[in-house]
Amino acid sequence: MTHTLFDKIWALHHVDTRADGKHLLYMDRHAVHELHAPHAFGLLDESERSVRRTDLTMVVQDHTVPTRPGVIRVSPHIQATLLAGSRRGVKVLDVNDPEHGIVHVVTPELGIALPGLTLACPDSHASTVGAIGCLAFGCGTTELVHVLSTQVMAMEKPRQMRIWLDGSLSDWVNAKDVALALIRRMGVSAARGTAVEYCGPVVQAMNIESRMTLCNMTIEWGGRTCLIAPDEKTIAWCKGRRGAPQGQAWDEALAWWQTLHSDADAVFDEEHHLDCTDLSPQLTWGTDPAQAIGINEAVPQPMALGASAQERATRALAYMAVKAGQSLDGLTIDRVFIGSCSNARLPDLRTAARVVQGRQVAAGVQALVVPGSSNIKRQAEAEGLDQIFLQAGFEWHEAGCSMCAGANGDIGSPGQRCVATSNRNFENRQGRDVRTHLASPAMAAAAAIAGHLTDVRRLMETPA
Amino acid sequence: MKREPLIEVHGVAAPLLRDDVDTDQIIPSAYLKDMNADMAQGLLAYMRRTPEGQVNHDFVLERPAFKAAPILIVGSNFGCGSSREHAVWAIKAFGIRCVIGVAMADFFRENCVNNGVLPISLALPAWSELSQWAVAADGQQALHVSLAEGKIKTDAGQQWHFEIASHARTLLMEGLDDIGLTLKHISAIEAWEARTASQRPFLQSCPAIST
Ligand code: SF4
Repeated sequence: MTHTLFDKIWALHHVDTRADGKHLLYMDRHAVHELHAPHAFGLLDESERSVRRTDLTMVVQDHTVPTRPGVIRVSPHIQATLLAGSRRGVKVLDVNDPEHGIVHVVTPELGIALPGLTLACPDSHASTVGAIGCLAFGCGTTELVHVLSTQVMAMEKPRQMRIWLDGSLSDWVNAKDVALALIRRMGVSAARGTAVEYCGPVVQAMNIESRMTLCNMTIEWGGRTCLIAPDEKTIAWCKGRRGAPQGQAWDEALAWWQTLHSDADAVFDEEHHLDCTDLSPQLTWGTDPAQAIGINEAVPQPMALGASAQERATRALAYMAVKAGQSLDGLTIDRVFIGSCSNARLPDLRTAARVVQGRQVAAGVQALVVPGSSNIKRQAEAEGLDQIFLQAGFEWHEAGCSMCAGANGDIGSPGQRCVATSNRNFENRQGRDVRTHLASPAMAAAAAIAGHLTDVRRLMETPA
Repeated sequence: MKREPLIEVHGVAAPLLRDDVDTDQIIPSAYLKDMNADMAQGLLAYMRRTPEGQVNHDFVLERPAFKAAPILIVGSNFGCGSSREHAVWAIKAFGIRCVIGVAMADFFRENCVNNGVLPISLALPAWSELSQWAVAADGQQALHVSLAEGKIKTDAGQQWHFEIASHARTLLMEGLDDIGLTLKHISAIEAWEARTASQRPFLQSCPAIST
């Protein structure tokens, strides 16, 4: 029998099959966030059930955390979560904890997510940690209560799809560009009900953080979860993390992790290739992540998109106030947000800082950098990145989700055009009638400097 | 936790015939921030009201005929976007017990079942007929959905068949709690934990959480 990487982790964690056909999959780790925690603990109270494994469960405060420097970091959700956590004996990674951050950023950072493990998280971007070979599943609040009280998730076995990312990336083209190009190619629901494995030379060449960006975007084309086989880079990245095994246990883990890859002749339900060699930096022009183009392309004519995409493209053009056939290059912007679980890790901030260094944010543009975690923030400060951003006129925030979903109140005003390194450009997500263009950190930084959407490669041709 | 069984839904069907209505539209994040927000008001808030709070009386759910509609007919890919269950809570708070569309988003479908809302995905031809009927009926005639029979019927005798996974049907019809179903397997869970603790101990303990 040959197996995919997914099969191997699935089989190891398969506990039983229920009479209704659903599989019970054990969740080695459970990471919750404060937007769901109070309600979930309330439901637990109502049903008079308890948290089965407090030693494998953690709650992170991220969605509603005010990130503006100097602001007291509280919210009703944060307080309710603290209270519920202490009453239930569940660890809360609170805002003042030195390791606090966005749940998908801190779980791998702390070694809570590790290769070969399963992780449940009541959030659609749970699959970010697929980048290190950790099989993660997002869920809703009811399922979250299910995991709290049983430590297993009940689910149907997903279909499997393998994505080969071929070729190599040119300068200033990164994981975000690959993800947007892929979603544009495949469409926003192509991976529905599917476990995706990313592989190929582009994936191999990526650092772990870039792989996280790629995996983070899986839900944006419908994927249930995703994985990348752990390799030398993964192992080096995980070594020494606080939750990682030590000594002999590490050696044993290593031996196991080396078997975690799809067998040579493993069969997938679907396989697709994307050649990334000629990829240019991407930007979204519409209101879903598939509505993306290279900076050197023109916004497509809705008519050219096929019947089903036409109507939504027309609506998206109106919402975004862009015209079919126009170039995005040169479009004036009001805000830049460099942050989120998609693109706020140290290499992302370094890349953005390289663009920003010695330059100034254009007049009239409000630009903020919100690190993905307090650890990342400290490391960035140790490297002097905060000074580069501040001197250029960026705001430098505390860690959290911030303007990604605006659940902490960081939102734009109606009609504003925003370039964001986050993962969703849905209507009204970053504030009512706010127009969001998704981009890589490099492209977002370049837009902040130029005051309009622009090609980072061109900006970097002229010395600062 | 037992909840009210859902066997049949009768009433007017509100047509919201748009594709790709995502969870951010179903319940804008402003309603997530406030822990005591009125979820029924939050449902599709930006479609129902202008930024100044003025009611858009042309919008289907604001029309008097549909204020108490128990059935919502949507386009394809409804509930895409995030796993936020608030989307279903808002739908339920409004009084809707059945959502009928084409190829509904996975998370949304599961969240519906978990909250006692019946999600029905129809094939395109059936959906087209039904949505035409709903537009023509305009809130003046009732639709009858029978989960037991797997049928949607009109008073005039038109009917459409629908499929739903058997476990979803059981949960809805018996008002069953999914956790109860799983807890029947508690000994298998315990056995798994014991086996793993001896074979791969680091899966069963996490120094980053317990210290
Ligand atoms: S950063 Fe954005 S996408 Fe990520 S967890 Fe927070 S709100 Fe969700």
